[in-house]
Amino acid sequence: MSSIPTPILWTVIIGLALGSYGLRFAFIGFMGGKPIPEWLMRHLRYTAVAIIPALVAPLVVWPAPTGGAPSLMHFAAAAATFAAGYLTRNVLIGLGTGGLCLLLLYLAA
Amino acid sequence: MAITTTKSAFWKGFRDSAPFLFMASPFGFLFGVLAAEAGLIVPEAFAFSLTVFAGAAQFTALQLMQENAPLIIILISALAVNLRMAMYSASLTPYLGDAPMWQRAIAAYFIVDQSYALSVVQFEQEPEMPLAQRVAYFFGTNGLITPAWVMATALGALVGTRIPESWGVDFVLPLAFLAMIGPMLRTPAHVAACFVAVAASLPASALPYNLGLIVAGIAGMVAGAQAELWLERQKAKAEGAK
Repeated sequence: MSSIPTPILWTVIIGLALGSYGLRFAFIGFMGGKPIPEWLMRHLRYTAVAIIPALVAPLVVWPAPTGGAPSLMHFAAAAATFAAGYLTRNVLIGLGTGGLCLLLLYLAA
Repeated sequence: MAITTTKSAFWKGFRDSAPFLFMASPFGFLFGVLAAEAGLIVPEAFAFSLTVFAGAAQFTALQLMQENAPLIIILISALAVNLRMAMYSASLTPYLGDAPMWQRAIAAYFIVDQSYALSVVQFEQEPEMPLAQRVAYFFGTNGLITPAWVMATALGALVGTRIPESWGVDFVLPLAFLAMIGPMLRTPAHVAACFVAVAASLPASALPYNLGLIVAGIAGMVAGAQAELWLERQKAKAEGAK
């Protein structure tokens, strides 16, 4: 695995630290009691639930461990993780299920 | 039961947050392990969790750094995941906005999913709560979670350096994201955002510089907002028909 160059890593850490703080401080610090426009709130609600699936979908369809070749095993583990997380509404049960599936499928292969 | 003192408000927040320990610690640990696998040393992983203090955004940045994505894409994507913090900040303002600036400046750092969710519920249930107690409650909700998150990361990074690469942990990060998505899908609009983002991300991944992620993310975000508007109109129509 290629390691991340140190300057890149620290730029990301510092950039994210300042940026995240800025987002958190934005309203509570600057805006006082001014309400945030409704259209903006409406879009903010859906950023995480859009970005994370968009990040993960290609990683599932073209998994890194196979060098990008589609793999039923990885797809099955991904589907089980998502289903368990969705049905139980619990991140850890989802992650545990996925890990277990991955382990079983590795052992079976 | 009404809270009587500022001190007891802090400890109520502290106690209320305890169940979230079982979420924050394993996730912090996992971040540490994966960061170590990506080549980060323990102080780097520790600094990452301490200064950024936002799980999903940290995982996003870690994944994109490993893909050698351009710096600007890494920053935009991870901050986009964190945009919800601005929303939390906005909805806490009516409750904490009158606190002194130094308190608000410190509180801003501690705005995370758990502290926001617990505090908003508490403040809505007890509208009579004085400002000082609200501030104390908010800080109390972070009394356990923050140290646990940072320490778990450091511990994970220590362990991670000992895990051989042959264990194939490089699929664990996608699984961690997938586990996070399920509980996020609270309304049909969230499902629409997720579905559109996934559908767009596959063809968009052909775009250079990981731009596909931004394109698919925006598509999903707009889809979610439009779905919400549409659902509201349908509801208004149904009520109007009655």
